[in-house]
Amino acid sequence: MPAPAKVTIPMGMHIGAPCTPVVKVGDLVKVGQVIGEASGFVSVPVHASVSGKVTALTEIQVSNGSFSKAVVIESDGEQAVSETVVPPVVETYEQFTAALRASGLVGLGGAGFPTAVKFSVKDPSQVEYLLINGAECEPYITSDTRTMVDDADHIIKGAMLIRKFLGVKNIAIVIEDNKPEAISIFREKTAQIEGFTVEAMPAIYPQGGEKVLIHNVTGRDVPEGKLPLDVGCIVINCTSLAFISKYIETGMPLVEKCITVDGSAVANPQNVIAPIGTALSDIFEFCGGYKAEPKKILLGGPMMGIAVPDDSVPLLKNNNAILAFAEKEASLPETTACIKCGRCAAACPAGLMPMQIERAYKLKNVEELNRLKVMLCMECGCCSFVCPAKRELVLVNKLAKGMVRAAMPPKK
Amino acid sequence: MIVTCSPHIRHSDTTQSIMRDVLIALVPALAASVWVFGAGVLARVAVCVIFAVGAEYLFEKACGRPITINDYSAAVTGVLLSYNLPPELPLWMGAFGSIVAIVAVKQLFGGIGYNFANPAITARIVLLISFAGPMTTWTFPKADVVATATPLALISAGQFDQLPSLTSMFLGNIGGCIGETSSLALLIGFAYLLYRKVITWHIPVFFVGTVAILTALVGYDPLYQVLSGGLLLGAIFMATDYSTSPLTVKGQIIYAIGCGFITFMIRVFGNYPEGVSFSILLMNIIAPHITNLTLNKPLGGASK
Repeated sequence: MPAPAKVTIPMGMHIGAPCTPVVKVGDLVKVGQVIGEASGFVSVPVHASVSGKVTALTEIQVSNGSFSKAVVIESDGEQAVSETVVPPVVETYEQFTAALRASGLVGLGGAGFPTAVKFSVKDPSQVEYLLINGAECEPYITSDTRTMVDDADHIIKGAMLIRKFLGVKNIAIVIEDNKPEAISIFREKTAQIEGFTVEAMPAIYPQGGEKVLIHNVTGRDVPEGKLPLDVGCIVINCTSLAFISKYIETGMPLVEKCITVDGSAVANPQNVIAPIGTALSDIFEFCGGYKAEPKKILLGGPMMGIAVPDDSVPLLKNNNAILAFAEKEASLPETTACIKCGRCAAACPAGLMPMQIERAYKLKNVEELNRLKVMLCMECGCCSFVCPAKRELVLVNKLAKGMVRAAMPPKK
Repeated sequence: MIVTCSPHIRHSDTTQSIMRDVLIALVPALAASVWVFGAGVLARVAVCVIFAVGAEYLFEKACGRPITINDYSAAVTGVLLSYNLPPELPLWMGAFGSIVAIVAVKQLFGGIGYNFANPAITARIVLLISFAGPMTTWTFPKADVVATATPLALISAGQFDQLPSLTSMFLGNIGGCIGETSSLALLIGFAYLLYRKVITWHIPVFFVGTVAILTALVGYDPLYQVLSGGLLLGAIFMATDYSTSPLTVKGQIIYAIGCGFITFMIRVFGNYPEGVSFSILLMNIIAPHITNLTLNKPLGGASK
């Protein structure tokens, strides 16, 4: 879509420390120019997504509920590219991770974890598997599938770059079997590459959950409190990987995102490439506006997406879909008493027992919550989805995790 | 704008739709019962359902709790209790049993999902102990047969020559409780519940299988044991009650084997000819502990 009249770019779009703004009101900026410097190890810079004038430095509430500083840029419509955008020199492993950091890349699958941190490995030889996550398992969302079909070469190139700098032997791209087009493209293109496999997995939600993916491909379980790296795996979203190879070619940092625009209130559902910081209302407008009054707007898919209070919030780096629903889909059914049917436990991909967790949470029994391993919950939504009593099990799990965290002794 | 916690889509199954499926699955057994015992059984079923639903409504009204009769769970309890009664039991006894099931066993413990024992089973045992005579008077109302004995009672008394054929047992043309005689009708209901994914096969198969194997080991005809008494009704419809069975598959298997073992012990060594009700009640009581000892192993939870 064309550049909107105005973008609002938050300084905290990733897990980790938010950025410090380095522009003032009245500054002229160009596309790709750094406007927020990373302020810690787990942090990445933020770049201007349009060219124009900085008109305000404000504070907004981002979708996770926290407040973040934000830079407002009024677009001049030129989309002039900054002189700083030049292909980076990448010859060593250190230069590679430095480039990843400078690119502003965060996990585009949704978590928003800075990619440079993920690849800052003390001992690259411990990485046995690079798993490319193309298991876009949430209903509605198709932006990763779009990338796999349109941009397979960049994904493969990105994987080869990582193999070059980390020496990973086994590379696998995981695609759900309801995307035969993407599977056949990759089968064809990677047939000659040694150690590169295409894993067609059943389209069962949440196939794309990191730990689920590792378990299904390698048979390994990531222990509680550990990272995929501890079992020799790195998982990266396919769109993130495509971005890496494009960045190395052009030097253009992460300033735009391909997203799925869908939902019963949207006139023309489609996949759109939009500048980071664009107000959701502008994106919906571009897709023909609303055909019914929107009653619920989601950042992300219907299983894990976050409902936002209004459509003025900006698009973030890690968003992959925005959905707008009319009344019928927006309202949830009434909650009734738990009948102990056990469906939540049967559905849980992590093997947890949500009904027991709910009981322990109501009793404020932190010891029991730990025994039930509530911290392993990935909040995928399966338990709430299957519950015939329509109980808010995910909500309870989130609150229970907070209760466990609050009871933990402070870190030294 | 509505802001709620994810997920934002939900499955179409509700408590009400599940209970409706159970009621549908119980229809073949009722049809068989009318065929075997005559239309009189309909009055017993109706009285039990009316009093169960009525008791639930009045109790909840009196306590100021939300009225839950629309979830059909009280209706299921009423039907199941009536299926466990002899075909000519005085109507008021059925009504009394329904009130015991709903008020004493279900509502006093907090209503649906909170009762630790199966309401219909417990009420049946209360009736059996309170009215031992009428509760063990088996008749064939349709054929004007005065009094007959159930196959299990005949085995218990050693009168093997009077036993009905296996075909009669399978179709249900034998003495017994209203809903328990036709194995065929109960199996049709079982198939429907499996098809609708209301229950899984574990509890019924392990329960019935345990009884079959153990009785065979001591020299009984296992097929006869499976088709007689309330075993199929209990294993398919009563032992699988959500609230009173364990929450894990592993736990459900242990629970079902326990039910089968106790049924076998009572049938072979006990004073009563039939032990399904007692076995389920006893296993209901320890079901929460079974759950607790068989928690699912979480993905990645083996560490520490």
